[in-house]
Amino acid sequence: MSLIKNRSPFVALSTVLGVFMLIFLLLPIFNTVSTSANRLGEAVVDVDTGSAILTSFYAAFLATLITFIFGTPLAYILARYDFKGKTLIDAAIDLPILIPHNAAGISLLMLLGPKSLLGSAFSGIGLSFVDTLFGVVAAMTFVSSPFMIRSAEEAFKSVNPGLEKVARSLGASSFGAFANVTFPLAFRGILTGCLLTWARSVSEFGAVIVLAFYPKTAAVHLYEVFINWGLNAATPITALLIITAVGIFALVKLISAKPLKPVYSRQES
Amino acid sequence: MSVCIQRLSKSWGDFAIRNIDLEVENGEYFVLLGPTGAGKTLLLETIAGFHKPDTGEIWINGKNVTSLPPEKRSIGLVPQQYMIFPHMTVKQNVEFGLKIRKVPKTEREKAVNEVLELVGLTHRRNRFPSTLSGGEQQKTALARALVIKPKILLLDEPLSALDVNTQKRLREELKAIHEELGITTIHVTHNHFEAHMLADKVAIMKNGAIVQKGLPEEVFRRPKNDFVAEFVGFENLFEGKILATRGGLATIDLGGVTVEAVTSKKGKCMVGVRPDDIILSNSLFQSSMRNVLKGRVTGLIDMGAIVNVVVKVKNVSFTALITKRSLADMGLAEGKEVYLAFKASAVHVL
Repeated sequence: MSLIKNRSPFVALSTVLGVFMLIFLLLPIFNTVSTSANRLGEAVVDVDTGSAILTSFYAAFLATLITFIFGTPLAYILARYDFKGKTLIDAAIDLPILIPHNAAGISLLMLLGPKSLLGSAFSGIGLSFVDTLFGVVAAMTFVSSPFMIRSAEEAFKSVNPGLEKVARSLGASSFGAFANVTFPLAFRGILTGCLLTWARSVSEFGAVIVLAFYPKTAAVHLYEVFINWGLNAATPITALLIITAVGIFALVKLISAKPLKPVYSRQES
Repeated sequence: MSVCIQRLSKSWGDFAIRNIDLEVENGEYFVLLGPTGAGKTLLLETIAGFHKPDTGEIWINGKNVTSLPPEKRSIGLVPQQYMIFPHMTVKQNVEFGLKIRKVPKTEREKAVNEVLELVGLTHRRNRFPSTLSGGEQQKTALARALVIKPKILLLDEPLSALDVNTQKRLREELKAIHEELGITTIHVTHNHFEAHMLADKVAIMKNGAIVQKGLPEEVFRRPKNDFVAEFVGFENLFEGKILATRGGLATIDLGGVTVEAVTSKKGKCMVGVRPDDIILSNSLFQSSMRNVLKGRVTGLIDMGAIVNVVVKVKNVSFTALITKRSLADMGLAEGKEVYLAFKASAVHVL
């Protein structure tokens, strides 16, 4: 234990406590995956599980797309401008992360349910949110968009506004400067945010089940299997979901890691 | 292309400019000189169109551009730290303004090649900025600004981030490029050497206002007040009292040391002598200089190629400049006796 040797008691104690924390975080995940690894095939070939995972992936993709379209401009404004009430808006963005997710689902149901004003207006144009894919997407967007907005905001902040000024001086409009300079430079952070929002959407359960039990997402399907068939039936699906999540997480880390900077462009001189 | 600024005021964060009146003539190299926080960058960025002035107007080439956005002003900007687009190669950086203007590819290539040739960056065209030296980044920024053939070139501390040798080289290149293209240029700096070397006209800024403006020799030789004097490199600034004036020649007491100066002023005054106007010698020598003082070396400050020699004459310390070579030749060292000599016309009475 070279980490503990030759260090102050405080550092040694911190290390030991930290290791306990890590074990608690990783052991359940590791345990589930390792004990059900030989039964993973059951989950992979199961049609219900497969379609539930596809539903999750697709709905999460739509939620991410919506967040990207509406969240990117918001993130840019928050990163670049100071205005009255900005701290309030800043705090509001984190709200969906803080409130219990089934409470979020109930709030959405009150707003978008068939008996509500907005809900009946939407159903007038054939858009219903209860037990539909739209409901799943709405629930996912509500709880997961903060990840993308925050990530994009940080990415925009890291782009020096001086670069935009130069672009403007060279003839670019404010949108031109954004499109040619700021967005490409912030792209990695935005993409990371999108992946986080997507992954968080896939794992969302509380808000989704309140608003839309059907079409069943992976998390809802897992819950149903667990309630009806017990722990033994649920573990292979659990393992599959965990492996998928870890895969996504690895991808996020890979993208957000700084690449080696090229010296020359590939373009011919 | 001329620039005319009338009663321009702008407050922005901790910075402010107040009632700026400036006239930059066609083809002129104008240097705005001032300490950090004087509002130089704010003025430059307001000219560029990034800030809407609180009051006042900006005219470029006889056209009021006060309410035009930056992209419509046809200015070339080289900002502090250059702001090279990090995701583009040198060539792509330089090409940016032309692409935005939808200039056809062949024309673009030609223009980029020309300007890269001009600044001497042809061999770096496919490099990414992170692999360039400070000087090369500066040149990229300059090429990028020049390629759009701007009416006005704005340079914000273009040399400050560079090492001394690169500074010197690029200063000369800036001068050469200006002479070749004749582009109206406004150059902001806190370094009075740059102003000396480059300026056709100079303006000194302090606390958001212009303190003095004019030809460099005017401003540098006849600073209006002690702030300007100190800022433009008058290291020898003393409080003095004019004892007598005879035939335009005044005898001034600097507190135990008397010097002669050309002035018609009377009473208390500030007296400035530029370090480079003082000649040092080991022995008394015959010359037409009215002021010859004997003192003792109390300090040698190494400035690279030159050395600041501090000489105490009674209770008054003078600073003189000397090359390293002369320092060795004269065998100057702390504690050694030495003679200072300077002309009466080199003593500036403020």
